[in-house]
Amino acid sequence: MKAPPFRYARPRTLDAALKLLADGGNGARLLAGGQSLVPALNMRLLEPTLLIDINGVDELSGISESGNGIRVGALTRQTVLGASDVVMRRAPLLTAAVPFIAHEAIRNRGTFGGSLVQADPAAELPACVVALDAQLEIAGPRGRRRVAARDFFKGVYETALARDEILVAAEIPAQRGTTLFLELARRQGDYAIAGLAGWAALQRGRIAEARLVFFGTDIRAVEAKAASAALVTSVEAALVALDHDLKPVADFNASAAMKRHLAGALLRRACAAVMARAA
Amino acid sequence: MSETVTIRLTVNGTAVERDVQPRLNLVDFLRDELGLTGTHWSCEHGACGACTVRVDGDIVRGCLVFAVQLDGASIETIEGLTESGALAGLQAAFHARNAVQCGFCTAGMLLTADTLLRRDPNPRRETIRAALSANYCRCTGYHAIVDAVADAARERAKRA
Repeated sequence: MKAPPFRYARPRTLDAALKLLADGGNGARLLAGGQSLVPALNMRLLEPTLLIDINGVDELSGISESGNGIRVGALTRQTVLGASDVVMRRAPLLTAAVPFIAHEAIRNRGTFGGSLVQADPAAELPACVVALDAQLEIAGPRGRRRVAARDFFKGVYETALARDEILVAAEIPAQRGTTLFLELARRQGDYAIAGLAGWAALQRGRIAEARLVFFGTDIRAVEAKAASAALVTSVEAALVALDHDLKPVADFNASAAMKRHLAGALLRRACAAVMARAA
Repeated sequence: MSETVTIRLTVNGTAVERDVQPRLNLVDFLRDELGLTGTHWSCEHGACGACTVRVDGDIVRGCLVFAVQLDGASIETIEGLTESGALAGLQAAFHARNAVQCGFCTAGMLLTADTLLRRDPNPRRETIRAALSANYCRCTGYHAIVDAVADAARERAKRA
């Protein structure tokens, strides 16, 4: 189908976009890359009265070094994120994840921040920013605030962002350890049935510290705290601990039990890959 | 109905000015406003790739961009890229390999394949398959299309 009629505004500044969003009430929506919003419009799942196209708000775009880490503007295209040298040096988990997001034609439009605020439980970037301890910078009528990525994702398509707020950027500390990223999908580019994003720090050939975040299994990206801690002891201990961390939810791809099984398989594969790299 | 907005853009090298409703997507703009019917639409939610066109040099899904967003942009479609000869080698290989049955997906396939070959002139077969996974074909079973892209890559390498 085709999108329903809407009014269209193209602000040039963040302040102008915030004002349009505040004045537009419940009928106003932001249009960034549009790769999730426009399908929803075409399927008439949403009928906003006003679309606020923020693609002309330059201050929302770009990647820069920030202390030891990086700052990624919310409007940065996924293609640009995946090709960035500074991202590869400071947060290689993001570089590893980008090729798994849909397809090139979609990544050319789709944005980093759009994927975060969409909060699809099977999306890659929410899991990555949780694994990287990112701080999300949010602008609204009451000023700016920061939310830790681990507190941002609330549920299926639900985040800590209020209706009148805009995600501006993520501040991402330099990644520690070696990258863990694995995803199982039916076909290249499909949403994950189950995925694992994280890192592991090695000492004397053993995993000394790790961060494991699973996506596609639960209602949101889940930090597997118990399994991450247990991984220092053994992979087997981590596999058992996963039961404390995950509450898998069935979807059209797989049952909850299958998702739990796949999460364990990914954990086992990721650890084997890390140890093979270390050897 | 909503008000129209005036947009000025370049399509296949030609300057175009039109008044459009904000809800008009790029594929419908090309087909209905400009008569460029080589770009097809099918799923209208970004899954099938039939509407693939180039915007400012990058391939995009034409069904997931509104024409009103493209004021000042440069668009290239299958018509322009055919006329310039940019796709001639791929088109010859598709013909030779019988990589076209109904032809509905072909324009999108050619644009996706060309993007791959410009980045990776000597792609492995798995790389070709991964790139083409962005585009659905319901006739060929893909093998002939993968063969054609591999042939076109070899031809381009010979001429380079």
